[in-house]
Amino acid sequence: MGEAIVITSGKGGVGKTTTSANLGTSLALLGKKVCLIDTDIGLRNLDVIMGLENRIIYDLVDVVEGRCKIHQALIKDKHFEDLLYLLPAPQNSDKSAVNEEQMKKLISDMKPDYDYILIDCPAGIEQGFRNAIAGADKAIIVTTAERPAVRDADRIIGLLEKEEQIEPPQLIINRIRGHLLHEDEEMDIDGVTDFLKIDLIGVIPDDDQVIVAANKKEPIAYNPDNRVSLAYRNIARRILGESVPLSPIGGEPKGFMSKLKKFFSVR
Amino acid sequence: MNKRIQQNVMIKGTKDGFMLHLDDSCSFSDLLKELEVKLSANYQFQENDPSISVKVHTGNRYLDEKQTKMIKEVIHKKKKLFVDEMISNVLTKDEANRWKDENQVTTVTKVIRSGQVFEVPGDLLLIGDVNPDGTVRAGGSIYVMGQLRGIAHAGYMGNNEAIIAASVMKPAQLRIAGQVNLSPDEYTKWGHDLECAFMDEEENIIIDKLQVLKKYRPNLNRLEGGL
Repeated sequence: MGEAIVITSGKGGVGKTTTSANLGTSLALLGKKVCLIDTDIGLRNLDVIMGLENRIIYDLVDVVEGRCKIHQALIKDKHFEDLLYLLPAPQNSDKSAVNEEQMKKLISDMKPDYDYILIDCPAGIEQGFRNAIAGADKAIIVTTAERPAVRDADRIIGLLEKEEQIEPPQLIINRIRGHLLHEDEEMDIDGVTDFLKIDLIGVIPDDDQVIVAANKKEPIAYNPDNRVSLAYRNIARRILGESVPLSPIGGEPKGFMSKLKKFFSVR
Repeated sequence: MNKRIQQNVMIKGTKDGFMLHLDDSCSFSDLLKELEVKLSANYQFQENDPSISVKVHTGNRYLDEKQTKMIKEVIHKKKKLFVDEMISNVLTKDEANRWKDENQVTTVTKVIRSGQVFEVPGDLLLIGDVNPDGTVRAGGSIYVMGQLRGIAHAGYMGNNEAIIAASVMKPAQLRIAGQVNLSPDEYTKWGHDLECAFMDEEENIIIDKLQVLKKYRPNLNRLEGGL
């Protein structure tokens, strides 16, 4: 029986979809069978990041309305034999085309066949968000170290705490820029975790290669030499239950690294 | 056999008016009748006498609103008498529950997050933070064992005596009863430790160190417990 994890943030543009794609890829690289579900109906782009957009025939709404079988709508990622699948969202419906009950049923139907189901949540807290969290067992909150993003993450955590079937959410801080941290211009990692009071599962550095990879239609996680890729792979291992220390964000003076290490050793 | 007649209404003089003790074992109609007789028989009022305040003690009898009004009417018929206070030994369950709710401290371990509103009828002891855009509201005082960064509204049903205290005071807004205090535009990085807010006689919200509370709100020390 697999686990359904919703990846959400509240604010748009902090990297939910990139995180979904890369975590899915990383988990598949570790030999787990993964299905990604894009619930951003009307504004899908997980398919683009995965490089699968030309192969969409059926989508999420077709499945929940019974126009096709689940396996007909799933797109297999050719990098793997039988490990990574995508259930795309339709581009020509809106968020109200699906309701929470349908999502719950869909995900519980799929759980026996996969180790992990990653649900990419749309921005906002409306119907799309409620659909995305309806069938989830766990939640991962993605935020950047900026006040607006952290504030929205706080709101989302508050909403998730009301959902009793979901375990306490875990946090990914995305796009950390080492030089800004050093100059005290950004909220630092301690600042964010102290504010949100939830467990940190990973920190992703900011790297231009992420954009390059997205344009090449291949998630960065395939590149074994990239630090972002490494960070995602480490998060995947933490999801599997391994204890992997936080890798330091490059380019900082020693003071910060020791602070980071100290922070993680307390956990 | 000297059968003593049970008196249902007893009149006692005190220094600030007099007190009517109403027996609680007779029927209400008997009581009303006797009250009327007693008040008209014993006293002759002069035109220029000052009004006399009367306290009514109903013992263990519970009077509903209608009955209270009837008793008051009987007394008010005597021109120089007015009812100052009705005292009773009994409370309804609702009143007792409300009294209990308003006087107890609710303890919660929680982070009040953006968009959440947490409300209690009495005092609130929050073991956790109030994040920006989160609101805590209490009928009594609010004590935050954590960082107060959102909105705290103490005494929201109009209790000017309520206070707000926090381990780290960095609120967006403090409200006590009907008054609002907006935060300064900028806090120092760590805010202010162990501070409290209360209302002075001119209804201004004062924010000061915790030590001053002992002077302004001595009633906060509740050593005897609930009652």
